[in-house]
Amino acid sequence: MNQIPDITLERVTKRFEDVVAVDDLSLEIAPGSFFAMLGPSGCGKTTTLRMIGGFEEQTEGRILLGERDVSGLPPYRRDVNTVFQSYALFPHLSLFENVAFGLRRRGVKGGDVRRRVEEMLELVALPGLGKRKPRQLSGGQQQRVALARALVNSPRVLLLDEPLGALDLKLRKQMQLELKRIQNDVGITFVHVTHDQEEAMTMADTIAVMNGGKIEQLGSPAELYEHPQTAFVAGFLGASNLLRGRPNGDGTVALDAGGAVHVPDGSLNGRSGRVSVGFRPEKVRIDRAGTAAPDGLNRLEGTVADESYVGVSTQYIVETAAGPVAVYSQNADPGARAHGRGDRVLLAWSPESTFVVDTPSQDEEEIE
Amino acid sequence: MRPVLRPLSMSAATPTLPAPPATVGRRLATFLFRRPKLQVGLLLAAPLTWLVLAYLGSLAALFVAAFWRLDPFTSEIVHDYGLQNFRTIVEGDVYRTIAFRTIGIAAAVTVADMVIAFPIAYYMAKVASPRVRGLLIVAVLMPLWSSYLVKVYAWRVILQEEGILNWVLSPFNLSGPGFGNVATWLVFTYLWLPFMILPLYAGLERIPRSLLEASSDLGAGGWLTFRRVVLPLAFPAAVAGSIFTFSLTLGDYITPTLVSSTQFIGNVVYVNVGVANNLPFAAAFATVPVLVMVVYLALAKRLGAFDSL
Amino acid sequence: MVESRLARYGLRLATGATLAFIYAPLIVIALYAFNERRTQTWPIKGWTLDWFGKALDNPGVREALLTSLKAAAGATALALVLGTLASLAVQRYRFFGRETVSFLVILPLALPGIVTGMALNSTFGEVLGIQLGLFTVIVGHATFCIVVVYNNVLARLRRVVRSIEEASMDLGADTWQTFRYVTLPATRTALLAGALLAFALSFDEVIVTTFTAGAQQTLPIWIFTNLSRPNQLPIVNVVAVLVILLSFIPVYFAQKLSQESAGGVPAAGGAR
Repeated sequence: MNQIPDITLERVTKRFEDVVAVDDLSLEIAPGSFFAMLGPSGCGKTTTLRMIGGFEEQTEGRILLGERDVSGLPPYRRDVNTVFQSYALFPHLSLFENVAFGLRRRGVKGGDVRRRVEEMLELVALPGLGKRKPRQLSGGQQQRVALARALVNSPRVLLLDEPLGALDLKLRKQMQLELKRIQNDVGITFVHVTHDQEEAMTMADTIAVMNGGKIEQLGSPAELYEHPQTAFVAGFLGASNLLRGRPNGDGTVALDAGGAVHVPDGSLNGRSGRVSVGFRPEKVRIDRAGTAAPDGLNRLEGTVADESYVGVSTQYIVETAAGPVAVYSQNADPGARAHGRGDRVLLAWSPESTFVVDTPSQDEEEIE
Repeated sequence: MRPVLRPLSMSAATPTLPAPPATVGRRLATFLFRRPKLQVGLLLAAPLTWLVLAYLGSLAALFVAAFWRLDPFTSEIVHDYGLQNFRTIVEGDVYRTIAFRTIGIAAAVTVADMVIAFPIAYYMAKVASPRVRGLLIVAVLMPLWSSYLVKVYAWRVILQEEGILNWVLSPFNLSGPGFGNVATWLVFTYLWLPFMILPLYAGLERIPRSLLEASSDLGAGGWLTFRRVVLPLAFPAAVAGSIFTFSLTLGDYITPTLVSSTQFIGNVVYVNVGVANNLPFAAAFATVPVLVMVVYLALAKRLGAFDSL
Repeated sequence: MVESRLARYGLRLATGATLAFIYAPLIVIALYAFNERRTQTWPIKGWTLDWFGKALDNPGVREALLTSLKAAAGATALALVLGTLASLAVQRYRFFGRETVSFLVILPLALPGIVTGMALNSTFGEVLGIQLGLFTVIVGHATFCIVVVYNNVLARLRRVVRSIEEASMDLGADTWQTFRYVTLPATRTALLAGALLAFALSFDEVIVTTFTAGAQQTLPIWIFTNLSRPNQLPIVNVVAVLVILLSFIPVYFAQKLSQESAGGVPAAGGAR
């Protein structure tokens, strides 16, 4: 990228006594982007966010805001604002004073303060509630006050620490879209931490999937979903089928169970040892055994072990020589007959929808 | 009603915000930010200086003084290190009696307080409605802080020859205990009762209702549930409360002075510090309750009382 | 209901009896304050308000009351400062000896009063060479009052304060501003509750005071001295009632404060 990234982390490590929470992490966040850090609890995403905000000091490495090295600077000297997971509204101050807090610390004059705060309260759809105290508000309202309080200071970067976690499903989905829209309008860089992959994919331009203090993969939602580079990413974003094998040397992979799978050019990436080929359940055609499948597709035969009708799709588990395979078949044609238990079927999927990852350890392997 | 966030027009019209003023205070704060150890040092300087240097220091000095002795001829304190005071205590019948009497009554008080405190603590924790519970807590707490001396005096008035207790009992041809050991036991039990009720209440409150219901569901009657479920779980809290009842009794001299003519550890210490000016002996005798408490506290920690405090 | 009807009835009875036991002596003394006669026999034959007047006129009582109030105010102020400093340090940072601070702070209250009294007496007299007086009483009281403030403030700091302090710093307030605009207001009720309890504690104390007061008499010391003077007993009764009332009030309010902000049962605070 040709612009200076808003946030740069250079080989940042954070150790708590004998636990390494963040391990030699480097990343750059482009200005104006909606960046998400996604991962299971304990992966280090919140710790990383807190280090950017200044609430934790990194053990090694540098953190830059723009061109400025902010290592060691307290939060009040950094041009970032945070929306906390627990909202952290000041209980003894009214809504108005909560939102005005940052402005007052900068010495903004009275009339200006009133104008900006009221504008912000309008924006988050809480007009006229200025005099209320936080304990008189609902969770959703508190969340919006926390957002207003942070945004009113026009920070360069807004940090959000799982802000939607406490909201009910419907409200959460609404707020996801609203936050995305605000970010678009304002142009401020958003860094959003979440463990919900759907949330990350809905809102973010770029996602960093984190695990064990490291970034497993960084990219757009589509990149991560269609071309996961590790078994962890494949399993964390949606479901995937993983079959073990060895590269044949000619660009295909020989499955342990027999048969060869075609993979996209370059996806083997020089690997020569054991690998796993993967594909998403919704990318698989399922037909009666003996049907002729189009040329060029990867194939596997099997028997239907389980079948569930889920409304929008029918989900199958098919026992094959290479192990159980999950298949999601969209119910586009209500008249078509679903396959029943015990039916012999032919599975086919495109090599373009196939990806290659290192063979995962026992507990990472999964199918849905 | 679906909340709608309107498009943000703020970046268009509003000018940039001023930076916060860089005052001396701010620079100092930033300097301190990277040095948490310095911050702790500054915060703790005042309290710790007094507590560690002055208080702990003088406790240590007191303990050292226990090894000195009072010269009977010159009535001066001689810095002659030796175990003479302790020998007197251990060998002297009088002092042994006093020590055992004090410890014995402390134990009796502890037991009595546990027995009396339990029903009310259980009621407050498990049976009373939240409103009644709040009222009861206030009702138990208030006398706790109201003058210890007044309470002892009140009991003196009640227990005395012409007092109300004898008057109430006389139609039955009975009479109250008057002054003496029983009186001291009674008064101590009264004084420290709230100190037993509150920890017991806190401990019982922590027992989830579901445990009692499960026990009952599995067929245990009230008494069995009490013995097997409630008692073991409430025991650490009872021990926590007993720390207070025990230690407060061990060191007290005012109550024995007012409602009895017998001597307790506290009396001996007090007399030796004041009248006899024999600080070494007073210090030596004072180590008895301290020692007992140290052992008791160690036992209590073992039994889990500290987690209930 | 887990407990049987009989058990619950029994518990209710026991609770009532225990409460009666707790309050009876206080009520008896209150009654005696209105006793006409100088002797303290029961039953009370005549009732009068005279002794109240005589007590309030008594210069010894007035002096002692004033001393007690001054000592309590001073001790409370000192305990507030020291207790808050200590609790801030313990709640915010991990450092070597963190657990011992909590232990140290409660020690003056946990050890028998006579031991604390002797220790302070020798510190003042021999080590520091200060004359015993109001100042030494205040410092002595503050020593065991610290723990009450410390416990209350620490409990509050643990519950909510860390995250709003971070929010405050995030919004541009430095350490001092955060303390002034966020930490202090958020702990206000805990400070108040601690102060009220410390006041009651100091006002009522007698053993340590005996060792740290010079010629001064606080109210409890005045009572103790006059207990052996039969002539003075009616006045003592009045003073006793006064002391009871004066300590009930701060404790009642401290309780209300802690309950309304904790929404439940607060820590008992300490012994004595």
